[in-house]
Amino acid sequence: MRLELIKRPQQSAFFSAVSPLFALLLTLIAGVIIFTLLGKPPLAALYTYFIEPLSEVWQLHELAIKAGPLIMIAVGLSVAYRSNNWNIGAEGQFIMGGIAGSLIPILVPGFQNFMTLPLMLIFGFAGGALYGAIPALLKTRFNTNEILTSLMLVYVAQLFLDWLARGVFRDPNGNNFPGSIRFPSAARLPEIDPAQGAAHWGFVLSIVAAVIVWAMMQYSLKGFEVKLLGESPRAGRFAGFSSARMVFFAFLLSGGLAGLAGISEVSGAIGQLRENISPGYGFTAIIVAFLGRLNPIGTIAAGLVLALTYLGGEGAQMSLGISDKVARVFQGLILFFVLGCDTLIHYRIRLVFGDPAAKTAAEG
Amino acid sequence: MKKILFALAASAALTVASGALAADKYKACFIYVGSKTDGGWTQAHDIGRQMVDKELGDQVETAYVENVPEGPDAERALERFARSGCGIIFTTSFGFMDQTLAVAEKFPDVKFEHATGYKTAPNVTTYNSRFYEGRYIIGQIAGKMSKTGTAGYIASFPIPEVVMGINAFLLGARSVNPDFKLKVVWVNSWFDAGKEADAAKALIDQGVDILTQHTDSTGPMQVAEERGIKAFGQAFDQISAGPNAQLTAIEDTWGPYYVKEIKAAIDGTWKGGQSTWDGLKDGILTMAPYTNMPDDVKAMAEATEAKIKSGELHPFTGPVNKQDGTVWLKEGEVSDDGTLLGMNFYVEGVDDKLPQ
Amino acid sequence: MDMFQNILLTIATASTPLLIAAIGELVVERSGVLNLGVEGMMVIGAVCGFAAALMTGSPWIGVLAAIIAGMLLSLLFGFLAISLATNQVATGLSLTLLGIGLSGMIGENFVGQAGIRLPNLDIPVLTDIPMLGRLIFGQDPLFYISLALTAGVMWFLFKTRTGLTLRAIGDSHKSAHALGINVLKYRYLAVMFGGGCAGLAGAHLSLVYTPQWVENMTAGRGWIALALVVFASWRPWRVIGGAYLFGAVTIGQLHAQALGFGIPSQFLSSLPYVATIVVLVLISRNRRLTVMNTPASLAQPFVPDR
Repeated sequence: MRLELIKRPQQSAFFSAVSPLFALLLTLIAGVIIFTLLGKPPLAALYTYFIEPLSEVWQLHELAIKAGPLIMIAVGLSVAYRSNNWNIGAEGQFIMGGIAGSLIPILVPGFQNFMTLPLMLIFGFAGGALYGAIPALLKTRFNTNEILTSLMLVYVAQLFLDWLARGVFRDPNGNNFPGSIRFPSAARLPEIDPAQGAAHWGFVLSIVAAVIVWAMMQYSLKGFEVKLLGESPRAGRFAGFSSARMVFFAFLLSGGLAGLAGISEVSGAIGQLRENISPGYGFTAIIVAFLGRLNPIGTIAAGLVLALTYLGGEGAQMSLGISDKVARVFQGLILFFVLGCDTLIHYRIRLVFGDPAAKTAAEG
Repeated sequence: MKKILFALAASAALTVASGALAADKYKACFIYVGSKTDGGWTQAHDIGRQMVDKELGDQVETAYVENVPEGPDAERALERFARSGCGIIFTTSFGFMDQTLAVAEKFPDVKFEHATGYKTAPNVTTYNSRFYEGRYIIGQIAGKMSKTGTAGYIASFPIPEVVMGINAFLLGARSVNPDFKLKVVWVNSWFDAGKEADAAKALIDQGVDILTQHTDSTGPMQVAEERGIKAFGQAFDQISAGPNAQLTAIEDTWGPYYVKEIKAAIDGTWKGGQSTWDGLKDGILTMAPYTNMPDDVKAMAEATEAKIKSGELHPFTGPVNKQDGTVWLKEGEVSDDGTLLGMNFYVEGVDDKLPQ
Repeated sequence: MDMFQNILLTIATASTPLLIAAIGELVVERSGVLNLGVEGMMVIGAVCGFAAALMTGSPWIGVLAAIIAGMLLSLLFGFLAISLATNQVATGLSLTLLGIGLSGMIGENFVGQAGIRLPNLDIPVLTDIPMLGRLIFGQDPLFYISLALTAGVMWFLFKTRTGLTLRAIGDSHKSAHALGINVLKYRYLAVMFGGGCAGLAGAHLSLVYTPQWVENMTAGRGWIALALVVFASWRPWRVIGGAYLFGAVTIGQLHAQALGFGIPSQFLSSLPYVATIVVLVLISRNRRLTVMNTPASLAQPFVPDR
């Protein structure tokens, strides 16, 4: 017996819609099996996982806090990947954006007016974009592979932030512990609805970014250029587009959005520059970008789903004592199911029993 | 499909609800920065939590959440615990400080205890352990045991706690060998067995014959065992990793404190706004058996331990100079706790430059 | 001069797991598959190797278990990425999540237990030669295996027919398929080889480097291994150079710290990464050579049309 994929003449609209449900069903089955094996009530576990985090308004706010950075980064990455530029250093650009935006409240704490926040956001975007420009420059000038350089620069950014937060940017009244001063309110991204929950405007920025980039990809010449150069660099060059300029565009955009996500996180959710501002958002966002099928709108859904698995895993630990590791395994499985089921959009799957070797084995 | 989902949700909701009804016990909750089986800091706290389960199991129910990143994730975890009916919540990492205070303000009826921080509130108390007392003792042992007169110190991150430990170690060593030297290597991680082992090897290759660490894995202890030198365990008795290498270990013993505080919370005698900083005498840290050393060194260590417990000896007692030679503590002067908790300078003799 | 030998030994130990994992991934990528799950497979190898060694008392059974565990996990990747033609980048990353979680679950009962060390080679007389004896004749078995693996992969890829076929698939799976080559089978085998190597690299960590199990003990080494494949521009002998460069700078910065130069440790710690970038920039300027060695169909799923 073996598995055979047969390409559909065109994408199946039916399976585009149904594949997530398929994945959900498989996830539920797997969940029941795993939790039963662990001796935990499977239904209660699934409930805490997928429904409880959505059952209260404040939890929805938390979902938005977690999903916001993932979506914002993934939007940029989806464009980069479409254009065949493999930026896997978004984590580093996120950090650099956070640092660049924080320069204003840390170095000029007296500058507090309506311009503070917009300037910080611009700085954040610029910081991420400039850091993203390094792999782009190395790729275009020296032909250096961007996967390696962007990844290595993540570690450099992490250590640089660590040095800043423990050294020069340390809060003088912070008892010599790491972390900058708490930002004044003029430098904080406000909460959307403080009475209901803690979500800040960073989430809204992410959605806006997703819509704008989606529109760009869909309707503008630039979007066409991205797709053309990504699918066939040769054809792109014949059309008069420059691969080198596209490298820069992809890295500046994806780096910039990652940086914007970074400063949104720092000024929105955290409120100070710490020695550690990301629990791996830049890497998780890579999964989000692909789960969202490299479509900026798709990343919104994907980001929310991934954020939900984090919240759910946390709840399962708290109320049922299901270990963090189980949550991680479950998360991995969910992603596998989603990825596997998406195959149905492009292919029909056929089980072939006619394998001669299998036949003789069955008869013998 | 939809129907099934609803049925699932409904039945699950029922189970959860009935579960909540059954639990009439006082709920104590813990937030961990690492994994509860990390073999170091977090595991020590989790062993403390298990002690609560054992001793107060009939009145108290514990819950925990592990691997919580510092920042917004911690705030969410805290809020969730507070809403789920926890009576007291322990946040076991310095980095949870601001989140603990923020959530404590929203839930004035819930009690919070934050480890190693310095900010309190009417319903927030902090607790910490005077690890430096243990480090002074191991420093003295190193001063006696080292033939080269140089020890290696594998450090994690330059925070006051770690700097204080380095200073206490050197003061202990110099109290028996005034020319004692200390080499420090920062691995920029709490937890990377391989890198810690590499640091240990590098230090040994540069002539140290005794190792101590402020990181969590047993990597350095194994290297010490292999290379035939001596070392001190961290957070736990690490004798199984270094049966011939370990001299003693500074053990974190949070359990008794947790039991005491939770009892107080149930009795209504719990107080907020406190800053507890317990030491050897309170049993919040203990010394593992003194092994692999001659009897006179062992006797000295035991005597020092007894003196610290009785209050006769404070490791940070003058005369002590700062690294640049200026006077920090005059003859007989004892450092105040505030300076120690915010320590960002080395004492004279540390062969390293502290990042400022 | 013992110090010199000791430093070299330390570097060799630090570099060996990187080399093993990278050489496995190199074969995978040469077949046109990008498996970003190295970290996950490595950490599974580390825990399974440790557990098996502890339970049987034999480190070699541990090594075997680690290889098998890495292969099994890679098969999961293979099923999705090869049979179901899913996106390789996302599948690989998910595999890492799964591997880290699964290893934590398996290892929960093994934390803090004293491990078993794979004994070093010890040849009478030869090992005791001053200066070089231990370096050449007295290291752990996996060190020799890592070098043999590299040589073997070089020979396989460039001197055998099967190796040529594998490279052809990586360059153009369409033409390879047109020639009647079973692309999927080759890719499955390559992915399994990569998984086995990642598992073996994990075993090096938990049975040689630091014989113990701690959660997440790979600490990002799988990612470095991935980067080294790119660094090597898919040429096996350059992987040795990359792994040892990385190891040497890592150990060197620790020595620099112990000497007390007073440079902030964060800058010293970032040196290995910066050095890798700089060296890669210097060697990748020859565009033709780089393009020639890059598997053109890397990360592109292949579905045979019938």
